[in-house]
Amino acid sequence: MLTWLSLLFLALFSSAAFMAGRGRAVKSAGGAAARLHSLPNYYGAYAALWAGVPAAILLLLGAMFGGRVEDALLQAQRPAAVSALTPDRQAVFFSDVQATAEGQAASEVTYEGALKVAFDAKVAEARTIDGVVRYSTLGLAGVLALIGFFLAVPRVNPEFRARNRVEGWIAGVLIACSVSAVLTTLGIVLSLIWESWRFFESVPVLSFLFGTEWAPQIAMRADQVASSGAFGAVPLFAGTFLVMLIAMLVAAPVGLYSAIYLSEYANRGVRATIKPLLEVLAGVPTVVYGFFAALTVGPLFRAGFNWLGAQMIGGPLDGVGQYLGEVQNQMALVAGVVMGIMLIPFVSSLSDDIINAVPQSLRDGSYAMGATKSETVKKVVLPAALPGIMAAMLLAVSRAVGETMIVTMAAGLQAKLTANPLDTVTTVTVQIVNLLTGDQEFDSPKTLSAFGLGLTLFVVTLGLNIIALRIVQKYREQYD
Amino acid sequence: MTLLNPLASSLSKGHAMPTENRDDTLAAPHAQAGAPALAAAIPAGHGHVTTSEFKIRARDVNVFYGEKQALFDVSLDVPAKSVTAFIGPSGCGKSTFLRCINRMNDTIPSAKVQGSIEIDGADVNAKSVDPVVLRSRVGMVFQKPNPFPKTIFENVAYGPKIHGLASRKEDLEGIVESSLKKAGLWNEVADRLHQPGTGLSGGQQQRLVIARAIAVSPEVILMDEPCSALDPIATAKIEELIDELRSQYCIVIVTHSMAQAARVSQKTAFFHLGKLVESGPTEEMFTNPRDTRTQDYITGRFG
Repeated sequence: MLTWLSLLFLALFSSAAFMAGRGRAVKSAGGAAARLHSLPNYYGAYAALWAGVPAAILLLLGAMFGGRVEDALLQAQRPAAVSALTPDRQAVFFSDVQATAEGQAASEVTYEGALKVAFDAKVAEARTIDGVVRYSTLGLAGVLALIGFFLAVPRVNPEFRARNRVEGWIAGVLIACSVSAVLTTLGIVLSLIWESWRFFESVPVLSFLFGTEWAPQIAMRADQVASSGAFGAVPLFAGTFLVMLIAMLVAAPVGLYSAIYLSEYANRGVRATIKPLLEVLAGVPTVVYGFFAALTVGPLFRAGFNWLGAQMIGGPLDGVGQYLGEVQNQMALVAGVVMGIMLIPFVSSLSDDIINAVPQSLRDGSYAMGATKSETVKKVVLPAALPGIMAAMLLAVSRAVGETMIVTMAAGLQAKLTANPLDTVTTVTVQIVNLLTGDQEFDSPKTLSAFGLGLTLFVVTLGLNIIALRIVQKYREQYD
Repeated sequence: MTLLNPLASSLSKGHAMPTENRDDTLAAPHAQAGAPALAAAIPAGHGHVTTSEFKIRARDVNVFYGEKQALFDVSLDVPAKSVTAFIGPSGCGKSTFLRCINRMNDTIPSAKVQGSIEIDGADVNAKSVDPVVLRSRVGMVFQKPNPFPKTIFENVAYGPKIHGLASRKEDLEGIVESSLKKAGLWNEVADRLHQPGTGLSGGQQQRLVIARAIAVSPEVILMDEPCSALDPIATAKIEELIDELRSQYCIVIVTHSMAQAARVSQKTAFFHLGKLVESGPTEEMFTNPRDTRTQDYITGRFG
């Protein structure tokens, strides 16, 4: 509350600085704004920035970290009676002190004797510290605002290059935004690497990357922690690859051909109808595709294969028939096909853009040679667009590899090393979800293995994206 | 003469282009019905028949882009084995007329062409004519060089390959070499035939595109401002080339440069606001124009 009030007050002060800076600039130019180096508003903005921004940053930092500083100050000195407690009890003691000082409900622990004395003393101390930190932050912010104001406003004169300074501030904000995005990515990668490192301390890297058995639940038993062989990631990556392959077998031809139709053959009306429809398909949440796969496509495929199996039983292909008769709802094929459908608009939309980017002059050149439309598409347009289409496919592959919901719902959970599309498989992402959902400690190899999988998956998709970007760059140099 | 047979049997080729939306009633009456009769009337295998004097005969050609009329009743004869220049200010319809000759306007959905354009007496807009076959007989060179993003060899071999002109590899190599030689590019690219055509300079690219057009042995070559994107030296080379090609092909060139029209062409046609104002021998047009608009244009008073 106090923070918000002070921020509001600071905004008012900043506006006053704006008026002061602007007024001084106009006045110093003798009323002729054209004599100023910059537009009058730049002088105002310069003064407002100096008066407002440093103080605002301090206030926000205070709101974010003030509590921590108070805690540290409060706990710096521990009375002997408190130090005698176990660390856990000490934590409870201090949280009770905080709660009491702020007038909130404390825990039900009662403090007696020396502890009671220490408790009351600390409560009083907490209140003092809170006041000091709070008001010193405010005071400091006020001083900063005044310093900023009195530094900036007197500098205003007609020769002063206010525009350059203000643009410097804007550049600073832009840099801060991009740096924060980079730093966040870096933080994610570092935390992945750190947690994976802890995992690889208990499970050797090689047995993780090349082991063919995945059974993380074994490690839950204390006597079998980190039993090697249970954390072989090969079945998961094989499952991921199998589902991705099926998905691309669906998405690549259908997406590419629909892109060719839309960009080369469809007339304007058809194009205006189909393109938005495809984009609606792209907007369907993956969880919806997931239950479409689990509740519609899965049973449909199962019924189909069971019927096919029933026809074969007793015939020369009796064994195959028996197998098909027992096929279940969950299989790699269902997940792959539905994921492929999900990727169609993605592939088609990207390829359509790329094909449209091929200059019309190349098509004209081909038609003028007496080439038919299909010859032009096959021999001129597609070769010119091929690198871009390849990049689109690779982006689709990295989406397929990272996709989770459809596979969770439609492919099963059993880690099997199989190339049979009718079998249940599981993928890396599904396992990560399973390992980390629910209430768990993040110190057993079971949960930590999720980070190992995450890191490996990250490296794989990063590699795919880098290759795709490289191809796109090369593609840009193609014509012109 | 050579054009008639392929035109008559044109339906044999795959018909993937949008078909011409043509109003038959407005065509010259002799256009379609007359074409086979004319073909029969011309003695076959005869070198100097009267019709060979004019390769292309256009009568009352009107072109519409949607609601907008771009050409008004253009009638023009283009002589064989010579260069005809189309001049006129921007937007006067000269490129539109050029694109009618090989039916490139078919690729623009809103374009509608009326009237008759005959090549060797056969109407190019007749229903029996496949634009794909027509275009293999009427080559075209565009304003901006547009080599395919393929090798120099593949660029030239593109036409012969899609039309099946060479059955053996040596034949194809022969066609590529002779086309590049005719286009005056062979000496510059002979040692790098398998490098991308897009890596050549603008003038070289334009000559490569001319070689590509020549490779399918067309009878007519249409050039739409072929030098407007080139420097004076490259322009001079292209003009020299056009002068050499004149002995074998009927060439129609659209140009904004009056000097170029005077240098390369034997016949000139002046277009203004979608109408053909005047046409005649180039020398006559430039020394003694009949129409004041032509005079104003060629003396630089407007345009």
